[in-house]
Amino acid sequence: MAMLEVKNIEVYYGMIQAIKGISFEVNEGEVIALIGANGAGKTTTLHTITGLLSPKRGLVMFEGNDITKVPAHKIVSLGMAHVPEGRRVFAELTVYENLKMGAYTRKDRGEMEQTIAMVYDRFPRLKERKNQLAGTLSGGEQQMLAMGRALMSKPKIIVMDEPSMGLSPILVNQIFEIIEEVSKSGTTVLLVEQNAKKALSIADRAYVLETGNIVLSGDAKTLMDDDSIKKAYLGE
Amino acid sequence: MSFISYLINGVSLGSVYAIIALGYTMVYGIAKMLNFAHGDVIMIGAYVVMAAISGAGLPPGVAVLLSIVCCLILGIVIESVAYRPLLNAASSLAVLITAIGVSYLLQNVALLIFGANTISFDSVVSVPAVTLMDGALTITGEAIVTIVSCIVIMIALTLFISRTKSGQAMRAVSEDKGAAQLMGIHVNGTIALTFAIGSALAAIAGVLLCSSYPSLNPYTGAMPGIKAFVAAVFGGIGSIPGAFIGGILLGVIEIFGKAYISSQMADAIVFGVLIVILLVKPAGILGKNVQEKV
Repeated sequence: MAMLEVKNIEVYYGMIQAIKGISFEVNEGEVIALIGANGAGKTTTLHTITGLLSPKRGLVMFEGNDITKVPAHKIVSLGMAHVPEGRRVFAELTVYENLKMGAYTRKDRGEMEQTIAMVYDRFPRLKERKNQLAGTLSGGEQQMLAMGRALMSKPKIIVMDEPSMGLSPILVNQIFEIIEEVSKSGTTVLLVEQNAKKALSIADRAYVLETGNIVLSGDAKTLMDDDSIKKAYLGE
Repeated sequence: MSFISYLINGVSLGSVYAIIALGYTMVYGIAKMLNFAHGDVIMIGAYVVMAAISGAGLPPGVAVLLSIVCCLILGIVIESVAYRPLLNAASSLAVLITAIGVSYLLQNVALLIFGANTISFDSVVSVPAVTLMDGALTITGEAIVTIVSCIVIMIALTLFISRTKSGQAMRAVSEDKGAAQLMGIHVNGTIALTFAIGSALAAIAGVLLCSSYPSLNPYTGAMPGIKAFVAAVFGGIGSIPGAFIGGILLGVIEIFGKAYISSQMADAIVFGVLIVILLVKPAGILGKNVQEKV
């Protein structure tokens, strides 16, 4: 059984249909990439999965349970964390407080401090700046904070929306290395990216979205050699 | 000596404004709306105390607690019935107009129940007045209790916001509701909590105000409510220390205006100050000029 299953979801913004009935699945331990151009419906799909939007039709199943109608604030405690597009760290809170917000649903304080130590291990930069306001961090640091914050809930699956957006090439490489590490440490990853080349290089499988439909899917390595993908997304 | 006595009166009145302004500023900070019915909750709070003492014969302390609980519930009901359905409305004017409507509703309900006559409110404060400097300066018990209450509330609220989990959730919600939801924070619950705290504070403000200025009618809350709103804008709306500073300054300006310039002109002076502040520093004394980072 797949860990996360999206079945025929249709999502509307008012009268406009953004997602036209897509289905895909994410198995435990996989890194799945959702690629596509601007406006293809990638973010809408993620928002539907984590409950920020609700589909008009279709189902979202997580570990065999229907979570289509579960509100966003109850999704985290099920084991799904969402790193939103544009990072959306709490600018007026310190780095440490932001991380604590990530563990909002967890009760055990001792365990929380342990997880913070783990996050600082993975992102030493955050430890250096733990008492700084998140709004004063650079873009790359904010992305690390957003990822660290999501890891604070000890998710089974982490959903990331455009983690490389607006970052320099060096930072993009760094962010993708971290995603690979997160995956190796046992967290399933669902990744939405415009940087298709990078996304496909670390993904197991990928789905290609175009104007609300999945037009192509399969093994990431195979997709990388696909001519239409090369032309449309890899700039070759 | 009269200068010091005016100053103390001003700080005392300002403390009441500050406590009311907290309700405005917290609700604005979190729900991004102006709750213009906030002033009328003060009046309801004062009526509950009066009814509990003279009607039911309860001791003042119990009456004040009862009033706090009533206003707290009233705040939650107002939020969930009148405002929550409109928070995502296309125009933010919808909720503003509704708030004005709720304000009139509360005034008219009070008119129906308690009548239009101004009644005299018996002070609930039993602290004796303090006489200093051989009788040259007298500080009323009401002034002492009001100022102390304001300071205690400020400290408690600041600790609550910075130290507790719910307080941090409030700060997160005030910044980014969507991201807060992704953290597992129940946004509507947090907004309701904010209304509850603001309204409970309004009850306290109502009791303190009517203890110092002992007359009560269904419109008693309207003017202090508006002035506290001015105080909140003055200090920087959304900022808790701003509400404190704005409230105290406004109270002092009002009392000095009454004492040294003209008692008829006092309100005009208060609102004149608002205009000047908005011209010079639109975000208020402690307000932030929000800049989007791209």
